[in-house]
Amino acid sequence: MSLCLEARKLACERDDRWLFRDLELVIRGGEVLRVEGPNGSGKTTLLKILSGQLTDYRGELFWQEEPLHKARRDFLANLLYLGHAPGVKAALTPLENLAWYQALAGAGSAEADRMSALEAVGLAGFEDLPAGQLSAGQQRRVALARLELTPRPLWILDEPFTAIDREGVADLEARLAAHVQAGGSVVLTTHQALHVPVPMRRIRLGEGHGHVAS
Amino acid sequence: MSRPEARSAIVSPDRARGVDASLTSALYATMRRDLILLLRRPGAVLNPLAFFALVITLFPIGISPDPELLAIIAPGLLWVAALLAALLSLDGLFREDAEDGALEQLLLAPHPLPALALAKVAVHWLTTGLPLALMAPVLGVMLSLPLGSYGVLALSLALGSATLSVIGAIGAALTVGVSRGGVLLSLLVLPLYVPVLIFGAGAVQAAIAGSGVAAHLALLGALLAAALVFAPWAIAASLRISLNG
Repeated sequence: MSLCLEARKLACERDDRWLFRDLELVIRGGEVLRVEGPNGSGKTTLLKILSGQLTDYRGELFWQEEPLHKARRDFLANLLYLGHAPGVKAALTPLENLAWYQALAGAGSAEADRMSALEAVGLAGFEDLPAGQLSAGQQRRVALARLELTPRPLWILDEPFTAIDREGVADLEARLAAHVQAGGSVVLTTHQALHVPVPMRRIRLGEGHGHVAS
Repeated sequence: MSRPEARSAIVSPDRARGVDASLTSALYATMRRDLILLLRRPGAVLNPLAFFALVITLFPIGISPDPELLAIIAPGLLWVAALLAALLSLDGLFREDAEDGALEQLLLAPHPLPALALAKVAVHWLTTGLPLALMAPVLGVMLSLPLGSYGVLALSLALGSATLSVIGAIGAALTVGVSRGGVLLSLLVLPLYVPVLIFGAGAVQAAIAGSGVAAHLALLGALLAAALVFAPWAIAASLRISLNG
């Protein structure tokens, strides 16, 4: 069974201004959906609506043909969301940070899994330092290690490339491509050029409506 | 490492094995994480205790060192000071999580939010209410609290402060998006704290007077039970409202 997240006639208004209106969207496995638009055009808002965090919108969302509010538990068990804030505790070490996410996602408690996830994002050797002592890019990498640690088919990533260095960007692009080739789906916002050898669609937000282009 | 095909397979939590086991481990991990965070930053635990000790130390100096007078007002003083100390620490319950993004991840976990929120509240009680209750008899000595009421004081505070933590968490969840929401939080939850204060201080007074304390303690227990049944849903709803804004 492939994943399917569908938005019908999605509209969202903020401060008497339509961020987008009549947005029709189907997200299926095996593709990248890139949300584009200038600052303040509602990219983060759209991602939060699609991940079921905001309820202040019009239109309907469906997960696997079922209304999202009914299939919420099912949906959340298949979703991995990385927000603007990395969700990394400065006082905890990367290993401890990941332990919480591992348990929250029901992915066991094996330290070997956490170590290999940290290794995959280039943080081997930093696993026992408090995250507050790591650089902004390294903290972002701790959050990105969740992509390795907790396998979920649908990734919703808000500016995942923030503070990541050039090799890190290439690594992450490769990881996104591998995920999509394996049947997963990625929704993301970024202001960077994105080089992935997989099908990619774009939504352009701004001027009060959303355009879906392939 | 699992194969790529398996990594993107759709799962359904109802069909997945061990739903309860995964919830238990999520609750355990949340409590463990919060306890480690508090251990690394003990100020958050020590501040309410220091506040409690300071207030109780200052009262005999400010009013009168007369043991008979102090013994009369001691139950109320101890309870009011403990209540305010617990209230002081509530503001930070969800704030840090909201700022670093951990709260939105908590809301996106495929587990019931009331249960996860209650795990955080349990840690708050373990690190605030319980130490306050254990410390109160020591401070009772300073207020010449009559012998024989120390046990009831600690027990009533332990029971009552659990209710305070659970109810206060609703206010903390509602004000998490408000910067410097401490005053607002106090205004929201203080009216709900009044019954706990009445029966808590009443239990200690009854112990001093030699009448039965069972009724007061039973009522405190009933308040806690009612709070445990209803408050988790209110906390979860409040968190959703706060993050929606």
